[in-house]
Amino acid sequence: MVTIKEIVPLHSICKNHTIHSQIKVKQMIRQYEAVFIMTPVLSDEQMKETVSKFQKFLVDKGATIINEDNWGLRKLAYPIQKKSTGFYHLVEFHAEGTLINDFEIALKRDERILRFLTVVLDKHAVAYSEKRRAKRAAKAEEKVQA
Amino acid sequence: MATQGNSDIKYLTPITVDVKKKKYCRFKKSGIKYIDYKDADFLLKFINEQGKILPRRLTGTSTKYQRKVAQAVKRARHLSLLPYVADLLK
Repeated sequence: MVTIKEIVPLHSICKNHTIHSQIKVKQMIRQYEAVFIMTPVLSDEQMKETVSKFQKFLVDKGATIINEDNWGLRKLAYPIQKKSTGFYHLVEFHAEGTLINDFEIALKRDERILRFLTVVLDKHAVAYSEKRRAKRAAKAEEKVQA
Repeated sequence: MATQGNSDIKYLTPITVDVKKKKYCRFKKSGIKYIDYKDADFLLKFINEQGKILPRRLTGTSTKYQRKVAQAVKRARHLSLLPYVADLLK
């Protein structure tokens, strides 16, 4: 039982919906966290160069980097591409969701990257990462003073 | 005489066994809302020696947080922070 009366408001809702979703898409900036593992074959400089390449990639695409953490050379729990160690690097950034696909493709194409993981942070995760960062900063300050 | 002695022992042991410690969800209790996949040492508490995720039955974690634990362990495995298969992990 669909009457004309029902169709008319439905149409107007649809119109409103498209406008609404457009606005939403424009503002959909979320916090992401990416960890990638680079081959241990690289020298320190090459490693830094790789990191800066992806930093630049993110910034150029309109992301804002909030935090970075280089874990250095770590032992892997199992071999990847016959390597038993790797350089871990963590990046936290604010970006639109559309950027992530390109970012992951760029990571995939780079031979120096063994493995990567990009994760969206929900509100609890954001709070956690902020807390962690604050702790780090406090520790660093203590070291400077000492 | 011997049978009497046996029954005494049978009666005494169950009483001590019956006092069970109640399990609780450590995340609910301590107010942890996010489980970090980067913290491999913490996640070790939720996997067995072979690297398998422990069931709720053993850890007492609530359903909600068990899901998050599982997710975190799987992410850690992907990043090679934890092994997929192991022997004598602990």
